Amino acid sequence: MDQFVFAAEVVLNGLMTGVMYALVALGFVLIFKASGVFNYAQGVLALFAAMTLVSIQNGQVPFAHLINAALGTQIHHFGWTVPAALAIALTALVMVGLAFLIEKLVLQHLVGQEPIILFMATIGLAYFLEGLGDVMWGADIKTLDVGLPQGISDGIEAATAQWFGYGFFIDRLDLWATLIAVLLVAALVAFAQYTKQGRAMRAVADDHQAALSVGISLRFIWVMVWSIAGFVALVAGIMWGTKSGVQFSLSLIALKALPVLMLGGFTSIPGAIVGGLIIGVGEKLFEFTIGPMVGGATETWFAYVLALIFLVFRPQGLFGERIIERV
Amino acid sequence: MMMQDNLTAGTRQIGPVVMELRNITLRFGGVVAIKDISFDIRQGEIRAIIGPNGAGKSSMLNVISGFYRPQEGEVIFRGVPRGPMKPFQVARLGIARTFQNIALFEGMTVLDNIMTGRLNRMKAGFLSQALWWGRAEREETENRAAVERIIDFLEIQNIRKTPVGRLPYGLKKRVELARALAAEPQLLLLDEPMAGMNVEEKEDMSRFILDVNDEFGTTICLIEHDMGVVMDLSDRVVVMDYGRKIGDGTPAEVRGNQAVIDAYLGVAHD
Repeated sequence: MDQFVFAAEVVLNGLMTGVMYALVALGFVLIFKASGVFNYAQGVLALFAAMTLVSIQNGQVPFAHLINAALGTQIHHFGWTVPAALAIALTALVMVGLAFLIEKLVLQHLVGQEPIILFMATIGLAYFLEGLGDVMWGADIKTLDVGLPQGISDGIEAATAQWFGYGFFIDRLDLWATLIAVLLVAALVAFAQYTKQGRAMRAVADDHQAALSVGISLRFIWVMVWSIAGFVALVAGIMWGTKSGVQFSLSLIALKALPVLMLGGFTSIPGAIVGGLIIGVGEKLFEFTIGPMVGGATETWFAYVLALIFLVFRPQGLFGERIIERV
Repeated sequence: MMMQDNLTAGTRQIGPVVMELRNITLRFGGVVAIKDISFDIRQGEIRAIIGPNGAGKSSMLNVISGFYRPQEGEVIFRGVPRGPMKPFQVARLGIARTFQNIALFEGMTVLDNIMTGRLNRMKAGFLSQALWWGRAEREETENRAAVERIIDFLEIQNIRKTPVGRLPYGLKKRVELARALAAEPQLLLLDEPMAGMNVEEKEDMSRFILDVNDEFGTTICLIEHDMGVVMDLSDRVVVMDYGRKIGDGTPAEVRGNQAVIDAYLGVAHD
């Protein structure tokens, strides 16, 4: 019984970590669906969003180091703090602006190029954004607090202690992250299925030429998709940033999104979610059951091995479109 | 085929010039695809462009629909010279098209595909759509009704919910026509609507094209290989060969034109 209850707690925690993975994977799926580009910069996008959010909140002056070096001044802060809600809105605007610039300066010049070229461009973009974030806001580790509740939920611990005689340790931040992620996903699915822009987005994802012929502007859709991906990155950045601080390693969570995508399929929104959950639960359970036998730390590699197995037996993922080669 | 009777029934009205092409020249590097071609399309007529393989017919259609930009010449739509335009802008002017190799959204259902044809008719704001309220709801209902009429018209009711990727070739062609019609275009461009079809499918498609023209009064410009089909369908025919216009007139006139006969029978060029 004890073992069982303990395992249940592990699964629950795994599910919530999985939601966070899914959140990052979602950004990839959106861009991949609409433009066939694997956006290597998605993780950095999350980092950049989180950095911008913290700095706006603290009233930091952008490019302070550059300005001071050039003018010999000593300004670092505007001297105000911005409320969390307003700061989030402003950051969202910055992400939209960024999407616009990415389309204008990068994608527009690569229309009709091979996917690999576009992929390389996003690698360049990742390094550029990483540097831009540092130059704009400084490379120090920042603490992000937008007022999301944190710490162990006492209510759940007390309740479970009463029922099972064992109190579950559930982070309140994880609970909120789950809730927000579920809402975000529901909103995105509704958007893609039921709005005019969503229909246009799916059309562009399917066939560029046909989309043009029914009067869809590819540029508009790309800016829109990158804006949404930027917004998803912002949400992911808020969650992960609150959890483990805003620092370079935040961009590496994107690597965890890769196995999620291989499991779920690169083109499926539900796939990203299910993939995230499977990886989240899988790695926690594996660590719990097999971990002690092999000396632990299985969480660092479990997801990739699982993805590898999928690549061998079901390369299109659980929900991806079947790969059919016609000759 | 008995369409000739349909045509001469007298219910159809041929109106003023809708589209005028003036001295169009299109080059790809050193290759001249279209050389100094002028012709016009009148309101309510079925205008055909014919010619042997590689004559430049598809290029001509791509010029009209904005996919290619000619180096010289003017495209005048409804009396207004059209500046350089992107294909999506041309589509928004009311010029719909189909493609020779079919360009449909394979992953979407037939219904969704046809609905994309009406994207530019939806004006509701984002919030209203998100909440499914007011204008958005009314629009969606209206557009859905219009699309259902087209589905009935083209007799594709039973495949409404089928993903397009699973349909056979002939039906795909019909869905593509439906999507173009959904935009209620001022000018409908059909790039080889009967290519690769068997006799039965060709007859069906001919009937649909005539019915569309007859019932909705849609102006149609089509490219076709099959001389017989073209002669039955169209009011006026432009004949192209090696990027030049070698004939222009009613099917009967064109059929009697020596240059056209030569091009089709393959007389050696000096």
